[in-house]
Amino acid sequence: MSAVDKRRVELTEEQRKSRRARNIALALVLAGFAVLLYVATWAKFGANILSRSF
Amino acid sequence: MAIAEDHIADPGISTARISTAMPGDYFALLKPRVMSLVIFTAITGMALAPADISPAIALIAVLCIAVGAGASGALNMWYDADIDAVMGRTAARPVPAGKVAPGEALAFGIILSGFSVLTLGLLANWLAGGLLAFTIFFYAVIYTMWLKRRTSQNIVIGGAAGALPPAIGWAAMTGSVSTEPLVLFAIIFLWTPPHFWALALFKSADYGRAGVPMLPNVAGNRATQRQIFSYSLLLAVSGLAPWLLGFAGSGYGVIASIMGVVFIWQGWRVLRMDSEDAAMQPAKQLFAYSILYLFVLFAALLAEALIGRFA
Repeated sequence: MSAVDKRRVELTEEQRKSRRARNIALALVLAGFAVLLYVATWAKFGANILSRSF
Repeated sequence: MAIAEDHIADPGISTARISTAMPGDYFALLKPRVMSLVIFTAITGMALAPADISPAIALIAVLCIAVGAGASGALNMWYDADIDAVMGRTAARPVPAGKVAPGEALAFGIILSGFSVLTLGLLANWLAGGLLAFTIFFYAVIYTMWLKRRTSQNIVIGGAAGALPPAIGWAAMTGSVSTEPLVLFAIIFLWTPPHFWALALFKSADYGRAGVPMLPNVAGNRATQRQIFSYSLLLAVSGLAPWLLGFAGSGYGVIASIMGVVFIWQGWRVLRMDSEDAAMQPAKQLFAYSILYLFVLFAALLAEALIGRFA
């Protein structure tokens, strides 16, 4: 465990801050894409999405 | 996006390579100002189309076209980082400024290209998706990688990429392409040379330093001034085409006539400008006016189309 800890690099405050901002932006984009697909599915199929033929 | 390597093998390794790019730097890779023009012209193409689709799908189609255009901008910035670094206008872009690594810009561009094309193809139709894919390919490969550094006609041929968004918008609505979007394509295509050559006249030192063979650097200022005036005439006539062909009303016809006459006058002033003039005011004014010209023409088309749809 100590060997692993020694190999770690301490990020600067600026690097930590920018990584956090990038992570938040990526999360928002992914959430937005999920919403987009949800809306698009309803727009394309509407209530017919529940009418499946097996 | 950026990789923060917080478990790098060597304990003494520098953290200098770890990205400090902010989300805004990635947004800048998308060339937001170009993207706004793409959105505007694509929406105009969609509004003119004689078809109706779900508003949600139409909104998503616009988003896909915008993201696709942005992706091609990111690929352009990845490939052109070396010449962007030596030009004052582009030196602050994320890649030459060292904010985003070249590989990250490339991956960003490829991923967004894939997602935008697939989403547009699946949700609108594959003609629109294919046209978007072709536009990205044309801008990133044909223009950026092939033409830009090889021929003074780079922006003439490359202008096709910037002229396609109205056709993509039309195709997203109708699943086809007809005369109307091709006329809009022609207007933007003929608008591109006087717009960029006016810029190239007063930024020729920048382009010369970067080794980009823009027309003023290859053929000289005088030849460029003549070309600008010739294209101004062609553009002014093509700007009337929507009215002459009957898919725009007389209001548009009046606006396009006035704007076209002013464009020719601006082109004439560039033609009469002393080619050794250091200030190049007429070229700067034409450059600014060309943006207004395209905006006003498409705004008029859009307004008429929306009034026709909802009145």
